[in-house]
Amino acid sequence: MRRQIPFALVFIFGTFMVFQYFVPHETSEWIYEYLLDWIAIIGIFALALGIWSFYKVSVDKIKDKNEDWPYSVISLSGLFVMIFFGFTARTGESWGFYFPALLILTAGLGMFTMAYTETSSSKSKTSAMIGLGLIVVFVIISIMDNSWNFYFYTQEGLKNIAFISFFEHIMIPIQATMFSLLAFFISSAAYRAFRARNLLSSILLIAALIVMLRFNPYLGPVSGLMADGADWLINVPNLAAKRAIIIGIGLGIVATSLKVLLGIERSYMGKG
Amino acid sequence: MLLLTFSDIGLIVTLVIIAAGLGLILKLALKGKEIDRRIIFIFIFFSVASPIIFQIKFSEKATAVVKSIYDKIDNLPEGSKILISFDFDPAMAPEVQPMAIVLGRHALIKGHEVVFMSLWTTGQSLLTEIINEYILPDFPEKQEFIDYVTLGFKAGNEGVLKVIATDFKKMFPVDNNGRPLDSIPIFDGVKSCSDFDLVISIGGGKPGPKEWILFVTDPSNIPMAVGVAAVIAPQMYPYYPAQVLGIMGGVKGAAEYESEFIGNYERFKDMKTPGLLTMGPQTLAHTVIMAFIIIGNIIYFRKRKKEAKS
Repeated sequence: MRRQIPFALVFIFGTFMVFQYFVPHETSEWIYEYLLDWIAIIGIFALALGIWSFYKVSVDKIKDKNEDWPYSVISLSGLFVMIFFGFTARTGESWGFYFPALLILTAGLGMFTMAYTETSSSKSKTSAMIGLGLIVVFVIISIMDNSWNFYFYTQEGLKNIAFISFFEHIMIPIQATMFSLLAFFISSAAYRAFRARNLLSSILLIAALIVMLRFNPYLGPVSGLMADGADWLINVPNLAAKRAIIIGIGLGIVATSLKVLLGIERSYMGKG
Repeated sequence: MLLLTFSDIGLIVTLVIIAAGLGLILKLALKGKEIDRRIIFIFIFFSVASPIIFQIKFSEKATAVVKSIYDKIDNLPEGSKILISFDFDPAMAPEVQPMAIVLGRHALIKGHEVVFMSLWTTGQSLLTEIINEYILPDFPEKQEFIDYVTLGFKAGNEGVLKVIATDFKKMFPVDNNGRPLDSIPIFDGVKSCSDFDLVISIGGGKPGPKEWILFVTDPSNIPMAVGVAAVIAPQMYPYYPAQVLGIMGGVKGAAEYESEFIGNYERFKDMKTPGLLTMGPQTLAHTVIMAFIIIGNIIYFRKRKKEAKS
């Protein structure tokens, strides 16, 4: 029964969505739009599930003292701090006890995590009690301090300077740095890989050089001459190959979808 | 009298150093010696850092694939509705952010009504930053809700697109500030994406331009333009020109658009052009990579010759 119900749901809704596309009737459109609302709801559940999964994986790593477990502590701190920033904003002239409150909250949540990861039951109880105490202190501060407030229904938190600063000065540089490092590895890889070992690799090498030359404003007249060749490479062989791949992927998606609908492909259900 | 700018001197010094270094490496290559990858890294670092320090810029000319986007925005009647989706994260931003800035400026200067949104969670902050720091300071006369509106990020990936393709307000009942869309003048007469005169997706990941084409613009026959990271551009060409009217690929695409824009709008002649500026490092790095590829092949053939002899 645990398996049959999901199979039946997948078959009914999947088949409906397939046939609905070809039925331009008002009722069909209404059901379709009604089902689309479900996507948003499922999306929200998936978000909650994702956060829980991330928390669980990180806590388990800390508990088992896996390799690089301190990184999990940093990840969890980042998660809690950004959630806090995202739901709060300054209302007064100064920040008041905003940052001490954040520290107390983080410490409290940290103590709860320690209580969960601790093997000794007495230590676990102590950690949980301290954690609870810190949370109570945090709640009292957040009630008494009028210089900041919680915003759960509006997007005030997203304009919080702390939230913006963390994003702009930590998140953006980190991601940009990771992506920028690719330039070095791609260069090294290009030097080693682009060698005229045989006819096919020679063609690839020449094509790559023509396209790179075409995008190079240093080499004005040469790039002018190369432009036609590069355009032909992009618009003819590249396009032909890409279209073939896209059509192949499309047919593959149809085949896989049919297998899922008919219950032949069941890996999406996990171990079941 | 020959007047050299700081940038010119920087370019000459950079080229001389790189040429000398490559010449030295070529000499070693002719002896059949392989190059350590750390040497390649140093060259790439120098070729990327130097144009940034010396602010080296090149002139660009818009190619047909970019010009078609420019012409579309330029020729739409004033007050046309344009939807711009910021579907990228900070990793992709250096490549596609210049596109977002120049497209926003172009749409606003032409008097179009612009709706900004994002399908990426990290896109929301980038969107706010780009609009507030780069676009709006040039347009103090433009009013929120009348000339532009920010819808922010909506979770749901392709699900969001499926819904807004038929009913925009179902997925976005309020804007970024919690104001109902029904009370926003830009949304008068807007039921779905079909009511926009142009949709532009800037990004390269998933969901991104491809999903916009598949779920929204192609089924509803809405004019669509895309701005994508360079590695994604070849994947977009199969959709050009039937499904997308133009493609801006990577920094090159952004630089071409910027050069067309500043060339035609005197007011923006001296504006910051991050696309054109980033073309400096990219061009120099590409030249160095090409040189290393050629050197690598020289080494390969020298070795093969040696092996054949022995």
